[in-house]
Amino acid sequence: MSGVTLAMAVLLFVVTLLRITPDLRARNTSETFVLSLLIGASLVAILTTVGIVGSLLFETLNFFKMYPAKDFFFSTVWNPQFRGGSDLGILPLLWGTLYVSLLALLVAVPTGLMIAIYLAEYAGKGLRSFAKPAIEVLAGIPTIVYGLFALITVGPFLRDYIASPLGLGSSSSSVLTAGLVMGIMLIPFVSSLSDDIINAVPQAMRDGSYGLGATKSETIKQVILPAALPGVVGAVLLAASRAIGETMIVVMGAGAAAKLGLNPFEAMTTVTVKIVSQLTGDTEFASPETLVAFALGLTLFVITLGLNVIALHVVRKYREQYE
Amino acid sequence: MSDITSSSASAPRRSSLLVQDERTKRRNASEARFRFVGLIAVAIGVLALVGLLTSILANGLSSFQQTYAEVEVYLDPAKLDKSGDRNLEKIAKVSTFGYAPLIQVAMETASAKAGVDVSALSSKDLVAMISKEAPATLRNYVLANPEMIGETVTFSLLVNGRIDGYFKGRVTMASAALDRNISPEQLQAADDLRAAGVLDKTFNWAFFTAPDASDTRPEAAGLGVAILGSIYMMLIVLCLSLPLGVAASIYLEEFAPQNRFTDLIEVNISNLAAVPSIVFGILGLAIFINVVGLPQSAPIVGGLVLTLMTLPTIIIATRAALKSVPPSIRDAALGVGASKMQAIFHHVLPLAMPGILTGAIIGLAQALGETAPLLLIGMVAFVREYPAGPPEGLFDPAAALPVQVYNWTQRGDPAFVERASGAIIVLLVFLILMNTVAILLRRKFERRW
Repeated sequence: MSGVTLAMAVLLFVVTLLRITPDLRARNTSETFVLSLLIGASLVAILTTVGIVGSLLFETLNFFKMYPAKDFFFSTVWNPQFRGGSDLGILPLLWGTLYVSLLALLVAVPTGLMIAIYLAEYAGKGLRSFAKPAIEVLAGIPTIVYGLFALITVGPFLRDYIASPLGLGSSSSSVLTAGLVMGIMLIPFVSSLSDDIINAVPQAMRDGSYGLGATKSETIKQVILPAALPGVVGAVLLAASRAIGETMIVVMGAGAAAKLGLNPFEAMTTVTVKIVSQLTGDTEFASPETLVAFALGLTLFVITLGLNVIALHVVRKYREQYE
Repeated sequence: MSDITSSSASAPRRSSLLVQDERTKRRNASEARFRFVGLIAVAIGVLALVGLLTSILANGLSSFQQTYAEVEVYLDPAKLDKSGDRNLEKIAKVSTFGYAPLIQVAMETASAKAGVDVSALSSKDLVAMISKEAPATLRNYVLANPEMIGETVTFSLLVNGRIDGYFKGRVTMASAALDRNISPEQLQAADDLRAAGVLDKTFNWAFFTAPDASDTRPEAAGLGVAILGSIYMMLIVLCLSLPLGVAASIYLEEFAPQNRFTDLIEVNISNLAAVPSIVFGILGLAIFINVVGLPQSAPIVGGLVLTLMTLPTIIIATRAALKSVPPSIRDAALGVGASKMQAIFHHVLPLAMPGILTGAIIGLAQALGETAPLLLIGMVAFVREYPAGPPEGLFDPAAALPVQVYNWTQRGDPAFVERASGAIIVLLVFLILMNTVAILLRRKFERRW
C-alpha cells in the first residue's frame, strides 16, 4: 500500500516538474478546480430536493399500484391492518392536521401579532429588553420539549379541569392540547415575522396619522395594520406551513385515533403522526401499509411547499411596495 | 372628524379643552384597552416560557438524585463457584438469577445490623426492594474481580424504582396499596432503613453514563448511549455541513453569475429551509438506508440527515457574514495582485469567520434538538451497547438525546416520565451552552465597519 503511494507521489512529482514552464498559469488551473468544488457544494441543495422529490414520488407510485389513488384521497376511513385489506383514506388525517393547525394559529396569530405591536410601539426599554429575549428563547426550544410539556402538563390539566367536569372527553391527548402547545411554539415565529413587517411600514405614514390627531391605537389599527396586511398574511401562511409539518407535538399531544369529529377534547391524529407510526418499527417495503407513509409525506411536502411559495411571494411583493 | 365640526356648528361648544368630551373619553378608553391587550399578549408569551420551564424542572430535577442501598454482600463461593477452582468460564455460567440469593442474605444482615424489623416482609419482597439491575452489577463485579469470591464487599446497589419514587414523593402509601409491584410494608421498611442510613439518596452520576434499561427497571436507565450518539451526530453535522455550507455560500455570494441556474439553487435553498423535518427523515430512510444500504439506528445516517437539514441555516448565516465584509477589503487584495479566489480565501473569509461560526453553532443547536427525522431512521431502537469509538462507531447502533426522551415517554412506568424530563434538562443545558458560546463569539469578534 505504502509502496503504491510512494510510486504515485514520485510519478506525479515528475509530471508536475515537466509541466512547469514560464507559460503555465498554475494559479488559474488550481482555482478552476477549487471553483468546481464550490459549485459542487452548492449543488447539494439541488440534489437534496431531487432526492426528496424522487424518493417520495417513486414510493408513492409504488403505493398507488397496490392501493387505488381514489380511495386514498377520498375515503373517510383510516384503518390499517397488518394482514392486508386496510382502509387508508387520508381525509381523517388531513382533518386532524387542519384542526390542530387552526387551533394553533388561533392561539399564535393574535398573541404573536399583539406582542409584536406592543413591543414595537408601546413597551418601555426595561420591558422590551426582558420580554424580547424571553420570547426569542421560546423559538430556540426543541419541539420535543413542547411535546413533553403537552404530554405531562397541558394534556392532564385540560382533561382534569375542563374536559372531564364538562363531560367532553376523558383523554389527555386531544386536539386542543396539541393546538394550544403548538400555538405557544408558533408565538415567537409570528411575533418576529410581524415585527419585521411592522417596522417596514414607513415612518411617514405614522407621522401623517398622528398629525391628523389619531391616537396610537387608531394609527396601528387603521394605518399600520392595513398597510402591513399582505405581510401579515404571508407570516400567517408561513406559520401555517410550520404547524402542518410539525411532528413531535402532535405525536405526543394529539393522539393516534383517526377520527373526523368536531370535539376539540377528543384525540385525533394527523398526517405527520401517521407517517411516524407507519415507518417506525419493522418496515417492510412491499406492503401498502408502509408505503402509504410516502404518499402522506408527498402530500405534506406539496402542501407545505405550496404554502411557502405563496407566502414568500406575498411577503416579497409587500416589501417591494415600500422600497 | 367631520362630525365634530357639524356638532360645533349646531350647538356652541360648552366644554373646555381641559374636560374631555364623550368621544375623547371613548377614544382614550379604547387606546387604554388596546394597550392592555398588548400587555396581556406579552404576559402570555412570557408565562408560557415560565410554565414550560417550571413544568420540565419540577418533573425532571428529581432524576438527578437516585436512592442507593449501601450493603455488605458476602460473595458466597458455594453459590458462585461450586468447583472452587476460580475458573472464569465456570463463574460466568452463573446467571444473574444465581446472584439474587446473595442480595437476600445481604439485605437481611443489613437490616438486622441496622436494627430494622423486616419480619413483615417475605424474603422475596425484601429482595424486590433492590433493583432488578443489582444482580447484574454484582455479576459484573465478580467477573471482573474473581479473586474477591469468598470476601465480603460493600456495594452501593440501586433501589427499586418505586421506593426511589417514594422518597421523591411520586409514590405514596395509598398508591402502593394498589400497586402490584410494591407494598406499603416494603415502603415502611424502606423508611426505617433510610433512617438507619442503609438507604440514601445521592447524586445520580449513572444517569449520565449508564445505557438505557428495560421497562421494568427505570431506576437503572441512563443517557450514556444517547449522549454519545448525539455527540457523534453533531460531529458529523459539523464536519460536513460547515465546509459544504461555506463552500456553497462562497460560490453563490461571490462567483455565481446572475442566471436561471443560480436562481434555481437559491430557490432550492430557501425552500429546503421550510421543508418539514419529518420529510428529511423519509429521505434518510429511502435514500441512505434503502438505496445506499447504511445501517439503521446508526449515527452516520442521523448525522447525514441532520446535515442536509442544517445546511440552509448555515448557508443563510454565511452569506450574511460574507456580505457584511466591506468591498474595500476585496478591492485592496485585488489591487495588490491577488486573484479573486485568493482575495476571498485569504481576506474575506477570515473576517467573516466569527459570523459563520455563530451561524454554525446555532444550526448545530437546532440539529441537536431535532427528533422527528431520527424516529424514521430507527433511532428509537432499544440500544444498550455503547457504540465503538469513531470512525467505526459511527456505524454502530446508538440512541440520541431527544429520541431517548420520546422513547421514555412511551413507557408505562411513571418513573420514566421523570427520566424523560431529566433528559430534557440535560438537552436544554447543552443548548444553553451552545447558544452562550455563539453569543460570546459574536460579542468578542463583532466588528463594525
